[in-house]
Amino acid sequence: MNKLTVSSSPHIHTSNSTQRIMLDVIIALLPTAVAGTVIFGLGSLLVMGVCVATAILSEFLFNIIVKKEQTVSDLSAIVTGLILALNLRADTPWWQCMLGTVFAIIVVKCLFGGLGCNFANPAITGRIFMMMSFASAVGGGAVPSIVEVSSSATPLELISGNKAGALPSLWDMLLGLRGGAIGEVCALAILLGFAYLVYRKVIHFETPLIFVGTVFVLSLIITNDLTLSLYQVLSGGLLFGAVFMATDYVTTPITRTGKMVFAVGCGLITVLIRFFGSYPEGVSFAILLMNILSPYIEKWTAKRPLGGKKA
Amino acid sequence: MPGFMLGKTHVPHRKNTAGMESVRMPVPETVIIPTSQHIGAPATPTVKVGDTVYVGTKIGEAGGYVSSPIHSSVSGKVKKIDSLLLVGGRSCAAIVIESDGLMTPDPSVAPPKVDNLDGFIAAVRESGLVGLGGAGFPTAVKLDAEKKGLIHRLVINGAECEPYITSDTLTMRNDADYIREGVKLLQKYLTLEEVFIGIESNKPDCIEKLRETFSYDETVKVVSLPSTYPQGAEKVLIYNTTGLIVPEGGLPADVGCLVMNVTSVAFLAKYFETGMPLVEKCVTVDGSAIKNPMNVIAPIGTPVEKLIEFTGGFSKEPGKIMYGGPMMGSAMYSAEYPVLKNTNAIVALDKKDAKPPVQRNCIHCGRCVAACPIGLNPTLFARSMKVEDKAERAARLEEAKIGLCMECGCCSFVCPSARPLVQTNRLAKADLRANGAKK
Repeated sequence: MNKLTVSSSPHIHTSNSTQRIMLDVIIALLPTAVAGTVIFGLGSLLVMGVCVATAILSEFLFNIIVKKEQTVSDLSAIVTGLILALNLRADTPWWQCMLGTVFAIIVVKCLFGGLGCNFANPAITGRIFMMMSFASAVGGGAVPSIVEVSSSATPLELISGNKAGALPSLWDMLLGLRGGAIGEVCALAILLGFAYLVYRKVIHFETPLIFVGTVFVLSLIITNDLTLSLYQVLSGGLLFGAVFMATDYVTTPITRTGKMVFAVGCGLITVLIRFFGSYPEGVSFAILLMNILSPYIEKWTAKRPLGGKKA
Repeated sequence: MPGFMLGKTHVPHRKNTAGMESVRMPVPETVIIPTSQHIGAPATPTVKVGDTVYVGTKIGEAGGYVSSPIHSSVSGKVKKIDSLLLVGGRSCAAIVIESDGLMTPDPSVAPPKVDNLDGFIAAVRESGLVGLGGAGFPTAVKLDAEKKGLIHRLVINGAECEPYITSDTLTMRNDADYIREGVKLLQKYLTLEEVFIGIESNKPDCIEKLRETFSYDETVKVVSLPSTYPQGAEKVLIYNTTGLIVPEGGLPADVGCLVMNVTSVAFLAKYFETGMPLVEKCVTVDGSAIKNPMNVIAPIGTPVEKLIEFTGGFSKEPGKIMYGGPMMGSAMYSAEYPVLKNTNAIVALDKKDAKPPVQRNCIHCGRCVAACPIGLNPTLFARSMKVEDKAERAARLEEAKIGLCMECGCCSFVCPSARPLVQTNRLAKADLRANGAKK
């Protein structure tokens, strides 16, 4: 008789895998990456290439140095590198891209134990790191290369009155013909990725919807102006952040209600920073702050088990 | 019925044998009858090596209150009484009987004469009946709750939610009359206000058949359950049919329910008709390593390898053979293990399917939380088990309500990182028993 495997049940397993989920996120990011390249030119490709390559390499080397099992094949490093790149301007110098990515992968993710162990979203923290270190990488819009744009200022800078210039039309905002980071300008491409992620059941539709909805409603209350509120929704990194960063599994509450509370909090903090803070954009800080609150939200929104007695 | 139903994990159905009739296999040369085929104390052997036994001869007496007698499934001679390492890790005595191939019934086998509840329960105990859905809890012990006036409704489990298994499907399709007689018996001796029969919607013919069979009795309700796992889990079944919630640490009797498997109910009727104890089982033989999946009626104690041989053997080298379905079944160490009372299926997976999936870090995706039919957070148990301090660990496990986990396996099944979640829960339960606060 040949040898039989003996193990504890269950003996079958879903066909889904972490690798497949990461692949789905990469696929969902492709429209945005393509749109960014079309809008800002080949510089975008360089930024994305440098970030992704640095992400893979730094996780690979880190695992070798600390003698950990190699984890590059889970594809999560590629996701982090790509999301960070899409948060940057197309003309960001390559060495800044590298530094930001190394910070995101090594400091934020690997040092905490790798995938699943980090408390803050690596891409967001990387973006904030770069914002603090080299203000030009994130803040201030790169100029789209395919159209004439009157000002290099981002719409948010224009709205907040920090810079002078004419606002692009809402239609241009939807297509992404405006200043900004590679991945955050083309709303249509982001929505395409959103639809794919929901279709693949990688994310629930509520988080992005509630996040963006909260920003819209609060903007409407504060400005009492529908057009300006729509600009708030389409500007800055809101859509990109809501779809790709506020839906990160690791750094958001595990329960579905928790995720909803998280999204409301993100929207609230974004609006507070945008309207009352000194930065024109607040999406990154909002998500990062809510990342830190996630364990508490998770505790408050824990489901009561069937038949469970109150402790 | 509740507004929404619990248990929504989509596991593959693989009911390859659903359309087939069962086939009776020839008498095996030897049968191995373990004294422990149920939850509770093992039976005490009442035969010696060399004794002549017949089909239905009692060969072991119940070894305690929660226990069950065992019976010979063939006629022949007791060859030896050995120790057998059960798949759960414990050992018990096993009576090996050499068959004479004649299948002569024991002359003392006669329909039980019963006229009151005590007699009914005693007869059920003598039948050797244990929960045939897989759990193997002695039925007579469950019925005892009636003496305290606790039972008001009967919930019959016809969900058959595990992949591959179709033996209950066959019972419902072919033995509906026995199910009806079994229900009548239970209605006669217990105070049943309502009877619920829960069947997954992937068996429309069974639902139709039983609705027709019970059309005369409006207290019997056949409930169509969603075709998602784990509809057959006791608490899930009770909630989805009656809307009642079994409290933490409680039993179905705490909400007035008696839960029985549909094949157990049909067996009751057969037993009261003939007096023949539980000596044979209809077993689904299936899986990726099986050449011809089929349902086989086999004497209890038939070695699994003989059973598989009868169906036509393996199509591929087997990597894993298990009692029951792949979600909750127990893997066996070799194919020499016998068919037990609560064996409803033997599933053999090939080497490829037996290979464990690649484990990665938990990515906190929440699929396990969404999948848990009870609403637990499996990641909490895994995290608690990493706590070094014993008392702290026990406190955290209790706070996360490890006791409510029914080990259905949904969390492990859906985990994209293949974390051993339910496996950790089993470990955690044992850990809590060993280190928990002494109450």
